[in-house]
Parts: sequence; C-alpha cells; structure tokens
Amino acid sequence: MRALTWHGKHDVRVDTVDDPEILNPRDAIIKITSTAICGSDLHLYDGYIPTMKAGDILGHEFMGEVVETGPGSTLVKGQRVVVPFTIACGSCYHCGKHQYSACDNGNPADNQDIGMELYGQPMSGLFGYSHLTGGYAGGQAEYVRVPFSDVGPIVVPDGLSDDEVLFLSDILPTGWQAAENADIEPGDTVAVWGCGPVGLFAVQSAFLMGAARVIAIDHFPRRLELARKFGAETINFEESKTYEALMEMTGGIGPDAVIDAVGLEAHGFFVDNVVDQIKASLMLGTDRIHSIRQAIVACRKGGRVSMPAVYGGIVDKFPLGAFMEKGLTLKTGQTSVQHYMPGLLNAIVEGKIDTTFLISHRMSLEDAPKGYKMFHDNQNEVTKVVLKPGFDAGTAIAAE
Amino acid sequence: MAKDDAPPTTSKVREVRDAETRTVQDAQGSSLIGRTVTINRPRAELYAYWRDFARLPTFMDNVQQVDVRSPKLSHWVVKAPGGRTVEWDARITEEKDGELIAWASTEDADVPNSGRIEFRDAGDRGTIVTATIVYDPPAGVVGQLIAKMFQREPAIQARRDLRRFKQLMETGEVATSSRTRAQLEEDKA
Repeated sequence: MRALTWHGKHDVRVDTVDDPEILNPRDAIIKITSTAICGSDLHLYDGYIPTMKAGDILGHEFMGEVVETGPGSTLVKGQRVVVPFTIACGSCYHCGKHQYSACDNGNPADNQDIGMELYGQPMSGLFGYSHLTGGYAGGQAEYVRVPFSDVGPIVVPDGLSDDEVLFLSDILPTGWQAAENADIEPGDTVAVWGCGPVGLFAVQSAFLMGAARVIAIDHFPRRLELARKFGAETINFEESKTYEALMEMTGGIGPDAVIDAVGLEAHGFFVDNVVDQIKASLMLGTDRIHSIRQAIVACRKGGRVSMPAVYGGIVDKFPLGAFMEKGLTLKTGQTSVQHYMPGLLNAIVEGKIDTTFLISHRMSLEDAPKGYKMFHDNQNEVTKVVLKPGFDAGTAIAAE
Repeated sequence: MAKDDAPPTTSKVREVRDAETRTVQDAQGSSLIGRTVTINRPRAELYAYWRDFARLPTFMDNVQQVDVRSPKLSHWVVKAPGGRTVEWDARITEEKDGELIAWASTEDADVPNSGRIEFRDAGDRGTIVTATIVYDPPAGVVGQLIAKMFQREPAIQARRDLRRFKQLMETGEVATSSRTRAQLEEDKA
C-alpha cells in the first residue's frame, strides 16, 4: 500500500510499504477514505517529538471502511467507522473510569519503559505518534491496522459524509474536553489561546456549555475570523497586548476560565519565548510555553486553567507563584476520545455542531508531503488538510 | 535510621536490599528483580493462569517453551543470543493456592535462577501481582558471558513480562504495534 512516512525534520514522503495484517483477535483492518493532517503532526514534522524512527507512518485522524476483522472484533465488513486516535483496551482500571487516554494496555510492553522514564508512568498508545506512544502505524495510508477495534471505532450512520464526522477522531473531542476541563459555569467569560482546530472547537463547545463570552486569541486573521463566526470576540496578539486587552475586556477581573490550545511550539516574539527557542535549539529544554504562562497570569483569581495543548518535556519559568497565589485549578491530558464520541456524533446528527467549516484543502494521499508543507508554511489560509487515498495525484480541491 | 513503609527491595541502602534478597530466595550475590503491577482481574483467575507453567511463554518473551513434567517439575527452554537456547529444569519450591508460587532451577542448571510470584487482593482494582526473579550466574568466563546474557536487562525483561501478563489477562491479547506478521516475528526474535 501507499503511506505517508516520516524521515526526519521537514522530510515526509509517500512510500510503498507492506499492507497491514490482523495480528490480534480484537484487530480490524480499515481501508482509509479520509485522513487529516493534525496540528500536532506539525510537531513531528518540525522534529519536536523524540523517539521517531525513519519510515514511521504518520496520521492519527482517520476514518474508513472495515475490510477485515479478527475473531474478537465487533465490527462488520463494509461498515464505515471513525477511529479514535487514542488506543484503549476498554478493560483496564482507567478505561473503566472512562479515562481512555490513560489506558494501561494500549501501548506495547516494550514501549512503556520510555514513558516511565520520562513521566513516571507509561503512556497509552496513540496512532502514528512516535514510539513513546507505542510506535503504531498511523492512518495517512491506504490501510491501517486498528487494535481493540471492539472498543474504539464508532460506526457512522448512513447519510453523513466523511467531512461531517472525520474530526470525531481527535480534534472535536479534544476541543470539547478542553471546554469541559474549564468547568464552565453559565455566564462565564472564557479565553482561548490558539484558533487552530482545537481552539475553534473549544470556542464552539464553550458556548454550548453556557459561556456568556468567549475571547479567542491568535495572530492569523483568517483563523480569528472563523472564531468570530462562532460568536467569539478576538484579540490579535500582533496588534494588541493580550493581557492588557483581556483585563480591559473583563473589567479588570480576568477570564473565569482560560484554555491553552497552542502548546509546545508557541509562536510570537516575546522575550521568554525567544529564550525558550534558544534553549530548545541547545537541547536545554524542549518546550516553548509562552501561551500557558500568559493564560495563567491573565486568569482571574480562583479561576480554571484547561490545557489541551501538547507539551512533551520539562519547562522552566512556569508561573507557579501566580498559579498558587491565585488559587487556580489546572486540568489537562490527552483526549479520552472514546468517552466523547457517541455524544458528539449525536450533536452532529442533530446539527448542533458543524465541523466542515474547518476544511480548507482536500488532496490526494500522494500529495501529502505538499499538504504538510502548505499547512506548515501558511497557517493563516490552511486551516485543515484532508487527504483522500481515493483521489488521483494532483487532484486538489480547495474549499469554496 | 527512620523506618518507612516502603518495601525493603526499594531501599536506597544496599545492605537493606541485600538482606531482602536473601530472605526472598536465599540467594547470594545475585541480582534481584522485583516488580509490582495491579491487574484488573480476580486473584484466583490470575493464579490459575500462572500456575500452568506451560502458558508462561504466552507473555514471557524470552521463554520459548515450558514443558510441565509433573505437578512440581517443569523443563524450560529459554532464548539465548545467536538464535541458540539454554535449557534447565525448575521445581516448585512453595505454593499457596491463590496467593503465591515460588520456583527454582534444579542443582544442575547452568544459570541457577528462581522466581516468586505473589497475588494480593486490591479491592475494586483487582489484584496486586508482585514478581521476584533472581538469576545467579556461575563464576568464570562462561559465567560472565551467561551473566551478561541474563543480567544485562533482566529487570527490564521482568517488568515487560509482567506488563504483558497484565495485558493478556485484562484484554485477552498482548498489545503489539507491528503492522505485519513478519514484523511481529522479527520483534519477538
């Protein structure tokens, strides 16, 4: 089959590799019909995530048709399914508590050592996201092997297009969990750093959860425009000072809840960020954390901090004093996709949530390297690239 | 010295650890590998699976085959570098139904070794399983080679075996990120 493989920083290629096979009873093989490039794929593209190996197949947002099942799978050939990016067994203690992203068993035993070294406990398995999270082949390919297929994939009802449901795989539940982690109370003002897909879905979700005002922060005009479409007020941090603007907009109180949907590659020309960049290039620290610092400082006293943003390593200059003195609460984590999928699919069916607005480009899997470069270089225009293995090379459809 | 509640096997003080090694297995100068996991299954079920030593290769990656010769005696075939194998007989030295199994290689083993697995109830979290495995390689050049072979990463091996046991018991399968059967075989080799 053809698959998008990682070979190093800014080097991804479409290679011909062996087709996946059923290896465990609960496996299924999915023929991919749509697969997206995620903002967190850019962290891999930029070489920020350790334990990548040349030839690794990327992609953790995908859906398709069931073509083969193991004896323990509950799926049926021909079903259309969306697959969660987190690989969870459904039977361990954490899965029992619906903390699917903390599953004990999704990550192969040999790969769990790295997580223990880095984080104290092993990470769960994720598709196409380094060997730290299992070394699983991802879904930017013609076919993918899906373990624990009786737990993860959700069957798509007839009449819904790929575009309408694809983002159930990661970014929609991630945006929703981000808002849920902000413990929003009716009437709250919520500030969201980053208007990428997760930030935009967090904006939508925050309103659905009763927020009176949502303030979205970014520097890409196109993305801020999308946030405004959902009713958010916006701050362009290249035009205004974020902290000052937030304080003015909230009558000097600060937002009740803050959501950092930016993460370890925070952009922007700030002193602390430049120091982070220098340190990152010297391997002294791995994460650039401007957004979470700013969110903590801006948050009102006794407020809530939600951090869907991806961080990988150790940071310094974390405003622990502000965090403590103001009595803030922080919630974070990889998304327990399986927990949110059924409810969010329902919301899509009922027309409460629309995700199709996000897709700016559709192209052939063969053109995936071009898609990565476009997404990386032009984040203003390129909000989401969906790869279609069924398209001929060179076929590209930009959103209307 | 102030005494805390942590198991002696985790002590920072070497004498305390060594003393524990001797009480566990009467082993001298050997390497002790103890690890604990919690498995979300009933104690009796876990005990029963482990007690049938023929099934150990389903989760112990370096064990190729175990033939059960009598209720107490088993014959082990263990993978060694270069595609070779090492074999020994092991005898169950202690067992308490549903609680613990201890075994040790017989006197003629090239690599004297022993193991002990304990099962304790963990309420609604299932069962706490603690494995202790001790290798005691002989002296001399051959001994050093064998020691290297078995001691290089025995702690890691034991920890991974225990995780695989947990996966098998909780999910019915051992997780793999291989894409093809060929890759899976290669990873296991």
